[in-house]
Amino acid sequence: MIERSPFFNLVTYAAMVLGLLVVLVPFWIVIVAGSQSLQEVSRVPIVLWPSSHLWENIQAAWARADLGPKMINSLIVASGVTFGKILLASISAFAIVFFDFKARMVCFWMIFITLMLPLEVRIVPTYAIAANALLPFQVVLDTLGITGLVEAVSSVRIGLEWNLLNSYTGLILPLVATATGTFLYRQFFMTIPDELIEASKMDGASPIRFFFDVLLPLSRTNMLALATIMFVSSWNQYLWPLLITTDRTNYGTVVMQLKALIPTQNGTPDWNVTMAGALIIMLPPLLIVALMQRWFVRGLITRDK
Amino acid sequence: MAAISFSGVKKRYQKNDVIHGVDVEIEAGEFVVILGPSGCGKSTLLRMIAGLEEISDGTIAIDGKVVNELEPRERGCAMVFQNYALYPHMSVRQNIGYALKVAGMPKAEREAKVLKVAKSVSLEPYLDRKPGELSGGQRQRVAMARAMVREPKVFLFDEPFSNLDAKLRVAMRAEVRNLHRSLGVTSVFVTHDQTEAMTLADRLIVMNSGFVEQVGKPSEVYHHPASLFVADFIGSPAMNLVRGFFGEDGYFRHGKGGMLNLPGLAKAHLSREVSIGIRPELVRRVDAGHQDAIAAVVDYTEELGASRLIYARADGSPIIAIDSGNDALGTGMPIHFAMSEGDVHVFDHTSGRRIDHEGRPVRATDSVSA
Repeated sequence: MIERSPFFNLVTYAAMVLGLLVVLVPFWIVIVAGSQSLQEVSRVPIVLWPSSHLWENIQAAWARADLGPKMINSLIVASGVTFGKILLASISAFAIVFFDFKARMVCFWMIFITLMLPLEVRIVPTYAIAANALLPFQVVLDTLGITGLVEAVSSVRIGLEWNLLNSYTGLILPLVATATGTFLYRQFFMTIPDELIEASKMDGASPIRFFFDVLLPLSRTNMLALATIMFVSSWNQYLWPLLITTDRTNYGTVVMQLKALIPTQNGTPDWNVTMAGALIIMLPPLLIVALMQRWFVRGLITRDK
Repeated sequence: MAAISFSGVKKRYQKNDVIHGVDVEIEAGEFVVILGPSGCGKSTLLRMIAGLEEISDGTIAIDGKVVNELEPRERGCAMVFQNYALYPHMSVRQNIGYALKVAGMPKAEREAKVLKVAKSVSLEPYLDRKPGELSGGQRQRVAMARAMVREPKVFLFDEPFSNLDAKLRVAMRAEVRNLHRSLGVTSVFVTHDQTEAMTLADRLIVMNSGFVEQVGKPSEVYHHPASLFVADFIGSPAMNLVRGFFGEDGYFRHGKGGMLNLPGLAKAHLSREVSIGIRPELVRRVDAGHQDAIAAVVDYTEELGASRLIYARADGSPIIAIDSGNDALGTGMPIHFAMSEGDVHVFDHTSGRRIDHEGRPVRATDSVSA
């Protein structure tokens, strides 16, 4: 496919332009609609040219959906999830790659299989755990008969409870496990030459020292790439925050607020405000990707020497 | 400085023994080279000293203290790896100083030490560069500096020059030699390059498929190989080895009716099948009329400049001689050789061991005085 003729160039460019249009047209419509007034946006057929009301629409959306505090919530949650994912992925990949224990392949495959179990599939059990994070321990105690025993002896009933609903912990923790990240880290760690590990052993570094002094700095590009993907995906989480927060004023995230921006059935059809709100909400991940794209591409394609 | 002693050291992977019991004493301050073909277990033995491989059986003691159960960092060894194994994200300064940093040495003291060591291997101008920006020789020197800075009891070298070009290799060899002379630290050096081994070693340990074939000074190993393997492995071109047996009449019979008059040797070796060997440089060219001249036919010659190698065939047995003449020698021409009985080595063909003139086999660790 290295053939280069004018005709072939034309075909490739046409394909690229087509792809670009498919991606960009919805964005264009959002921007256009977000900049129009109520009258302009309701006109049929729709006008595909921006107007001058963008700023007012943004202000309206900001106020209506209470985006200020929600933005902060979203930032906390997305950064927390990203940080947690990287920490967990790198440390579990470290264990799987560098330590020779019997169950390591089993562990790896168990982590890997969770790729097939997205949040949506396991949402009910996950919710049950979030409602009481100590539930599994309670079940263990109950089935072993320890609860009954203690109750009989001391008439104290053991009831373990750690409620994660309506908390940042609840918003963050259940999303922290990542098979993709673990896999990415594993693949990277496997390219580390054995001699480097041995050299650090000879230098007297403990495994955890090796992890922090050698592995983490070497995996910097991978880490940034992973962070970018993870930040965007956790920013865009909708279902889980919706489920776990009942106290929307304090713990709502911006993506949940999209719902609040959609006109109600019998209300004013002010789609211009909705679109302006959507613009605000997609801005932070867009900025992250724009800033990180250099690292992002490098981390996923090659590794620097 | 520390002595290292191996007693009954074995390495087993699952059920396969790869090292079959090594008993060697390395004296304090000695430079010992472990030499052998690839897969002979020499690197494994070195890594067992370092603590990177478990010792399956037997003990290794450094400075009189058994180290089998010690972590690498507790053994006082520093190692130079084949592929340098520098930390790619650290500068030369950080690479050299990392072990000290891990040991918790204060920064000022550390910096001073790093600088001193860097000076001694002339790396000063490169201290702030990353390993990726250095040439092979410079990287090798960083690896050496990294080992030196810890002031270890033992230096371990795992084929450190195999990635360098020939010229640099010679230069680095001299550097390692000087380093050892000035520091006097016990060093164990693994290589498959016999020139490197011969030039560097105080003593050689020659290994083959997990066995120690011979331990001795380079000259001993060369002039008195303790086994067929050593005779064949050391020296280039290799020693002439001919299989046959001695007769009562004092003649050695080989090949297709070949007879060599070796009356002094025959007595001790009558009963067994043996191989006799002689170094090519000890095979002399003589005139046809010479008493005991061995008649041979030239196969081909190789010009080396100062001398040439003659590949010939005597009664079906190949023979190589080093010759300083420059007369024309074509394939198929007759040629005559002679050798002194004293230069001939006798090996038991079955066990491969050298047999001394009383007919006793020589052990790997026996010292053979030259």
